[in-house]
Formats: sequence, structure tokens, C-alpha cells
Amino acid sequence: MDGVALLTIFVLSIFVGFEVVSKVSTILHTPLMSGANAIHGVILVGAIIVTGHADTNAELWLGLAAVVLATVNMVGGFVVTDRMLQMFRPRQSPAKGPGA
Amino acid sequence: MNQTWVQLAYLAAALCFVLALKGLSSPKYARRGNLIGALGAFIAVVVTLVAEDFDHMPAILVAIGLGTLFGVPAARRVQMTAMPQLVALFNGVGGGAAAIVALVEFLSAGDEAGWESLTASVFTVLIGSGSFSGSVITFLKLQGLMTSRPVVFPGMQVLLPLVAVASVGLAIAVMVTTSIPMIYALMAMSLLLGVLFVLPVGGADVPIVISMLNAATGVAVAASGFVLDNVLLLIAGTLVGASGTLLTLLMAKAMGRPIGSTLFGALSGESTLGGGQASDRPVKSLGPSDVAVMLAYAERVVIVPGYGLAVAQAQGALKELVDLLGERGVEVSYGIHPVAGRMPGHMNVLLAEANVPYEQLKEMDEVNPELPSTDVALVVGANDVVNPAARNPGTPISGMPIINVDQAQSVVFLKRSMRPGFAGIENELLFDPKTQLLFGDAKDTLSQTVTALKSL
Repeated sequence: MDGVALLTIFVLSIFVGFEVVSKVSTILHTPLMSGANAIHGVILVGAIIVTGHADTNAELWLGLAAVVLATVNMVGGFVVTDRMLQMFRPRQSPAKGPGA
Repeated sequence: MNQTWVQLAYLAAALCFVLALKGLSSPKYARRGNLIGALGAFIAVVVTLVAEDFDHMPAILVAIGLGTLFGVPAARRVQMTAMPQLVALFNGVGGGAAAIVALVEFLSAGDEAGWESLTASVFTVLIGSGSFSGSVITFLKLQGLMTSRPVVFPGMQVLLPLVAVASVGLAIAVMVTTSIPMIYALMAMSLLLGVLFVLPVGGADVPIVISMLNAATGVAVAASGFVLDNVLLLIAGTLVGASGTLLTLLMAKAMGRPIGSTLFGALSGESTLGGGQASDRPVKSLGPSDVAVMLAYAERVVIVPGYGLAVAQAQGALKELVDLLGERGVEVSYGIHPVAGRMPGHMNVLLAEANVPYEQLKEMDEVNPELPSTDVALVVGANDVVNPAARNPGTPISGMPIINVDQAQSVVFLKRSMRPGFAGIENELLFDPKTQLLFGDAKDTLSQTVTALKSL
């Protein structure tokens, strides 16, 4: 793809990125950061591509290291975010829990 | 696989990421949002794996398995209190991965790479490596493996800009010479830059730095999209970079700290650093049964939880106390400071774990007007977020909005010791005539208070 097309996508993505999180409440700052953190784990796609094209041993081993690191980022990131959010499940019967 | 299909699948994944961020911003759809994000990532990875006839496929799959084997148990087993440093660590490895991807692409392209790709490569290596080493230092700080206080040594004011300039110089040198030793030198210099950047950031400001490094990794991933001519990496990285930058600003605003003084305050000697020593000035202490009586005969009680509550794992005991008070007709609410705990929203996560209903959680702006008519403010393991020193200039927390517990009729602190909070400054409120202290582990003292309350 040519440079200008990539630049267009880049600029539009900046605005989308700002827009989607502009109204987040402080309660969700930590899970949002953690979720965004998991999303950039998609660098795994890049790691797979460079490793799959590796010609030398150095490239192969560096690429595989990147695959491991990116997977930790992506998979771990989504799991830890889900764990945080599990606790935000809305309760259907308010204030009348077993302890009350 | 046909390239058009690959691009369409990438579009679907990118859409998932946008919806994920959107969902994560609303309490109702947050969990679904995260799952949509995971779905997008899954689509992206599977499509990438089948899109081309790659070499070294078994090794790649083993590496993915290995990463999953590290990441999932770490994410599952981590204590709630340790989540911020785990996020920092995950962010760091992501930045490291981006730097390596750009490095490998540089090695294989040699001098054939165009200047656009070269620029993006050196940029990715610089930002990715810096994010990696910076995140590792924040991890060490939060995990308590090194001091959480700002680390400043003589000459640092000179060294930091020098290393920054050297990094940029090396980046340009790499572009001109396409020399392989030079890019390794760039990597080393960027790693040093990340370390120097984070060392002077102290205590309470570390969460803001995590958010900033998260945005930085996003930017590095976006740049790697330019390197590999990959639209999905570009979109996903840019989304995280932009939303992460905004989130960093929102957090800094919640703490009332301009981003510049957060990052460079210690370097310029702007903040006076507290001693971090336990004070031996006289305070009024009381026992659990006294606290039980005070609370039982109050009309309105506001509880201000802090990191100490989390460390003691006392959420459950606290909820039991609040439920008992509720049965007695005492009006109880929790006053949640935006940065209580170690990260914005951290305390809400911890209290949600103990099944505390949302309705009882009040944000700072909501609870502050109620404090003058509050009989007892019960501060559980919090310090900096109620420290009136924030209203005076010249302290590390100056300008940070606080919960005005000093306006309540009486204040009870549950504390382990007289040691100051994360920011390392003494709290004058502890010595106020209307303040009383109950020393001990929060879980023990709360349980004892519950027992005393039951027998009233």
C-alpha cells in the first residue's frame, strides 16, 4: 500500500482512538488501560510475519523471541482484563444479598 | 489465501478493536468489549498464520504455545493488589516484541529498504526498547523489588538529555549507514533512555507512567505497521497510542498533577521529598470496641479505603462491618478517591471483588459535599488521598484533589504504623485533636470491630 494511504489510515485512527475513550469514567481507567495493553499485543501478527520470512539463524531466534513476548502480552493481557471485569458484573437483585 | 480475504479479515479485526475500546469505556459493556477485543486478536493471528506459506511454522506455533504458557497462569494467579505491575510487565514485553520485529525486518531487508521503512524501523526500535526497559523499572518499583521513591543521582539532569540526543543521533546514523552494529547500539541506548526516564518518577505517579508507556508501545506497534506495510498493526497500534495518550492525560487530571511535573518534577528538584520516616509525635489511639461504639451511634459514616485495605485483603471484613452498620440504620457510603490504591479505578476493582454494591461507592466529588455533615470518617489504609498537605504548595502531592475527611466531625484512621504513605510525606491530620488511630493489620482490626459491634 502506498505511503499516503497508510498515512490517511493513521490519521483517522488517531481520531477514532481519542473519540472512543473520551467519556470513560475513572472506575474503568485500570481495566481500559489493561484492555488497550492487550490490543497492542497484536504485534504478534508482525512477529509471525518476520519469523516466517527469516533467512538466517539470528533472524529466526530473534523472531521467535518476539513471538513469545507478543503472545505473553496479548493472551495475558486479555485474561487479566477479563479477571478485573468479572468483578464488575451487574447484580440483578440489588441490596438484598445473603449478607444483608 | 487470497490477499483480499486477508485484508477483509484484518478489517474485521480492526473493527473488533474499536468496539473493544468503546465497550471498555462503559461499565455495562466493559467485559463484552474485552471479549470482542480478544476475538479480534484471535481472527488476526489465525488469518496471519494461514495467509502465507511461512517457513519455520512448527517453531512459530511452539513459541505461541510457550507465550501462552507464561502469560495465562501469570494473569490468572496474580493477586488483585499486584495487577498494576503485571499490566506494566505485559506492556513491556509488547514493546520489546515491537522493537525486535523492526530489528529483524531491518536485518533481512539490508540496504534494500526504502527511507520510509527505515525511518519507521529505527523509530520502532527506539520507542519499543524504551518502553520495554521503562516498564521493567516500573514493575520493579511497584513489586517492591526496588525503592518506589524517586531515584535521582548527581548529573542526571545532564545525562538524560544527553542519552536522548544520543539515541536520536544513533537513529539517524542507522538510517544513513544501514550498519548492523549501529542498530544494536541504538537498541542499547534506547534501553538506557527508558531506564533513566522512569527512575526519577516516584511513588504515586508511577501509574501515570504505566499508562504513558502503554501509549508508547501502541505508537511503536503503529510504526511497525509502516515497516511491514501491515494495515492492522497500523490501526491497532494507533488506536492504543491515541486512547492511551488521552487516558494518561485523564489520569494526570484526576491526580491534579500536570504531566510535566509528574515526569520531571524530581529531576528539576521541584518537589520537596518527604523523609519517609515514622514520626514519634504523640497521637490519640483507641481500641476496636471504641470504634464499634463510635460507628454504631453515628448517623452518617463515610469510609475512605486505600491501598492498605488491599494489602491486608480486608475488603470482606470491611463489607461485613458496613452491612452490620446498615442493619442498625447507620447511613454508610464509601468515598473512593480516583487514584486510591495504586491505579485509577483500582479500589473499585478491589471492592467489587468483595461484592460491595455499586450504589454505596461514591466518587470524590460526590462525597466531599457530604463530609461536613458526616459524624465519622473511617480511613482504612489510606493516607495520601486524605492528606490536607495537598492543599499547600511545595509537597509531592500539592494540587492533588483530596477527600476532605478533615471536615467530618471525627476521623478514625486504621493504620499499620505511623509510616507515611506512598508519596512519603507526613499527614498533619493524624495529629489533629478530632483524629483517633486504631493500629494494626486492617483485617484484624476490622474483624475485632465487627465482633465488638455484634455484642453491642
